[in-house]
Amino acid sequence: MEVKNANAAILSNYEVFKLLTDLKEQRKDSGKNKHSAGQQNLNTIMYETLKYLSKTPCSRQSPEIVKEFLTTMMPHKLTKAEKLQLLNHRPQTAVEIQLMVEESEERLSEEQIEELIQTVAGVLPGDPEQENTAPADTEMDEEQT
Amino acid sequence: MFVLVEMVDTVRIPPWNFQRKLNEAIAEELNKKLANKVVYNVGLCICLYDITKLEDSYIFPGDGASHTKVHFRYVVFHPCLDEILVGKIKYCSQEGVHVTMGFFDDILIPPESLQQPAKFDEAEQVWLWEYETDEGAHDLYMDQGEEIRFRVSDELFVDTSPTGPASAAPETPAQPGQSTAPPPEDSMEKKEAPYTLIGTICEPGLGLLSWWNS
Repeated sequence: MEVKNANAAILSNYEVFKLLTDLKEQRKDSGKNKHSAGQQNLNTIMYETLKYLSKTPCSRQSPEIVKEFLTTMMPHKLTKAEKLQLLNHRPQTAVEIQLMVEESEERLSEEQIEELIQTVAGVLPGDPEQENTAPADTEMDEEQT
Repeated sequence: MFVLVEMVDTVRIPPWNFQRKLNEAIAEELNKKLANKVVYNVGLCICLYDITKLEDSYIFPGDGASHTKVHFRYVVFHPCLDEILVGKIKYCSQEGVHVTMGFFDDILIPPESLQQPAKFDEAEQVWLWEYETDEGAHDLYMDQGEEIRFRVSDELFVDTSPTGPASAAPETPAQPGQSTAPPPEDSMEKKEAPYTLIGTICEPGLGLLSWWNS
């Protein structure tokens, strides 16, 4: 086996989540035929990875949301890797943004960080259960319950 | 966190799979061989992304199976250095805090990379952060099962492929069946992890999620 390019592209958590969900469906449809023998490794890693990813914000994303997110991120002048981190983690506090954006003290003012948090919370859907306790005040979310 | 890796491999399809679509049979063989395995200096393989090119298939004398050279892309867990990840504490030991992501276990945060001042509680076998406030020090325990945010500071690949007699054979076993062979005794008594991530939480915002929520 030969590795041509060990880093052809970076995938977002959502892309991996979608791929694995589809693959799981596909395998369920084809049923328990004899061909699925010897695929324990695939089943294990699929199950464990899906279990991990379903608890992250990516499980509530969609291609449209990701696209909208990238468009709204344009004026912020972040690198690709930084945008990916924001997408994967959906940070809700300034301290998280400072972790994910390199040298954020010099590159971003406090207002810009605040703006970033607002955009991230506004564009990327949050966990409906946690949203009520979280301080993030997005205009789209239901206020009561 | 996840990357796409372009690879080329020759896949052997046994005759009893000839009635199936070639793509399907190949995808299955590739997943059988790579899923949940660490490729040296590449990362932990998750699943096949797509097949980009199939070359001609050959049948060799003495073997009824077909051999096809395949160009494909695979999804691999290989976080960038300095990337932020969230995992769960598996356990603590003198060596540091061991973290798991569920699908990937070999993450270590060494003592010097913990939030300082850090202390190891021998009785409870747990690391704690002696957090200083105006009203004195608070001991923040890093209990098992707690969610922890960390930064990847280093990665460590160990070549665990079996070594041949005398001079080490660099080639990894080509057949999936052979890869389960027990490692030679002389290599080491303890099974070493092929891929280890070294993490750090020595920055504001890193550590248990509960530390930074309020």
